[in-house]
Amino acid sequence: MVIDEETKIASHEDAGPGYRFLVLDAPKLASVLTPGQFVHVRVPGLEASALRRPFSVFDACEGRVTVMYKIVGRGTEALAKARVGETVMVEGPLGHGFPETCGGVPLLVGGGYGVAPLHFLARRLVAAGKKPILFVGGRTKDDLLALDRFAAMGVDVRTATNDGSAGAKGFVTEPLDDALIELRQKGEAFELFTCGPDGLLKAVAMRATGAGVPGWISMDRHMVCGVGACFACIQKIRLPNGEEYNARCCVNGPVFKAEDIVW
Amino acid sequence: MIDLTVDLGGLKMRTPVTTASGTFGYGSEYVGSLDYTKLGAVTAKGVRLDPWPGNPMPRHAEVLGGMVNAIGLQGPGVEPFIENYVPHYVKTVGAEVGAENVPPMIVNIWGGSIEEYAAVAAKLSEAGAPVAAIEMNVSCPNVKAGGHTFGQDPVVLAKVVAATRAATKLPLIVKLAPNVPDFRPYVAACEESGADALALINTIPAMVIDIETRRPVLGNRTGGLSGRCVHPAAVKAVYDVHKCTKLPILAMGGIYEPKDAIEFLLAGATAVAVGTATFTDPSTAARVCDGIAAYCERQGFAAARDVTGALAS
Repeated sequence: MVIDEETKIASHEDAGPGYRFLVLDAPKLASVLTPGQFVHVRVPGLEASALRRPFSVFDACEGRVTVMYKIVGRGTEALAKARVGETVMVEGPLGHGFPETCGGVPLLVGGGYGVAPLHFLARRLVAAGKKPILFVGGRTKDDLLALDRFAAMGVDVRTATNDGSAGAKGFVTEPLDDALIELRQKGEAFELFTCGPDGLLKAVAMRATGAGVPGWISMDRHMVCGVGACFACIQKIRLPNGEEYNARCCVNGPVFKAEDIVW
Repeated sequence: MIDLTVDLGGLKMRTPVTTASGTFGYGSEYVGSLDYTKLGAVTAKGVRLDPWPGNPMPRHAEVLGGMVNAIGLQGPGVEPFIENYVPHYVKTVGAEVGAENVPPMIVNIWGGSIEEYAAVAAKLSEAGAPVAAIEMNVSCPNVKAGGHTFGQDPVVLAKVVAATRAATKLPLIVKLAPNVPDFRPYVAACEESGADALALINTIPAMVIDIETRRPVLGNRTGGLSGRCVHPAAVKAVYDVHKCTKLPILAMGGIYEPKDAIEFLLAGATAVAVGTATFTDPSTAARVCDGIAAYCERQGFAAARDVTGALAS
């Protein structure tokens, strides 16, 4: 059941250059959201003139829901001006998220603000006694977000930037591949969880299917209705019988199995 | 107590408010977000004979005051629709408001040929409740093979409506294209061919270009404009059509507030459909229903149907 909750902004601060953390007092949503699900936000000031904005959940605990977003256009520019104490209508929980169990070492792979749902996932995995490793990539060090928060949970963080300003120079798949080789040599089981740009998602999905391990891919699409009514956020998916169909990322996803995605 | 019931060409609605096709899925998606007892009907997304994949991504682009979409009528085909989607609607909405309060369903249909429209209508006629009316989409700007071409030629329109009419006894609503120079020949074609009601407007053909990539934003290159910005144009269309027909009108286009719907009623509409606004506020249709009742109270109308065409001269 979808909840439309009247939330209040508890804090709203920088998450990096051009990125923000929005923390909402949202007791109803905080108690039901699971990692990989998203919420649909009515942007304060644009309630009458803009579509809702979908954000994956960075964290949900103790009555609060945190989203992390990048300021990219009219909606997020207006959202960035919202102040502590303001009311924000938020709809959720929406979509199917990540499984919260993992057979082996959870390898979380994020690109840019794609680390957001991985943070919530890491919290649950750590609570379940797992030791996730986060691989995070960006164009520059400014795109590596919330690393301190992952580290504070005890997550092993490995980074890469295209310009070499932080971590390995190149793509995040390089430190990831090093780890995959190491884990296979040790005979350790692992699963892959990813969120980020499509190029990264595909690269991770290919590694999961290639290694024959579960890969959980969170697609980043602009959901218009958020509930499966409008069919604007589709992704081609292969069914077990081999048929392909246009799945709706908002209700059939946003997390899909790596082997089901038709790229 | 204001009488909100209306008769839309044989479709009995307990309120004059429904949802616009394509914005409300197959009826059950908004359970929990909206009071279904305020709806006189739901309108299901366009259905054709066979499954249809729709258009490539991106399928929408937000613009100031609305959006442009080119979904392309993705759908399961009429048989899976009747076997799976309709029972799911009855079950989920019935669980929310009680089986007796499940709103009747208007099913939007389209096809690539006259025969296909008739075949889909025939199948829906056998579906039984809650399928209660058919809305013919002859005006979708997003699919080349179907819809739009039928709505742009009065002779062809008359043939497709007549064939569909012959295939069903359900109330038949024809959804007209807004982008015609004169509605009269299209309205006449619908009247002569046995339509029970008219619906307008469909989205207005539109295009958005990314100036940096110099490419159209939509995968389909062009799409249809909806939302707040189309509302005054839609009111004019309803006004024009009401002047030249006695057929009841289902009006849609940019209803975000009760006053938007009341404008339609005054211009001549019998019922209204809430569309794009549902994406931002799923409770809009229910708010509109309450607002119509409050307006009737304030203006001294005993029944919502008395507002139809009550524009002061």
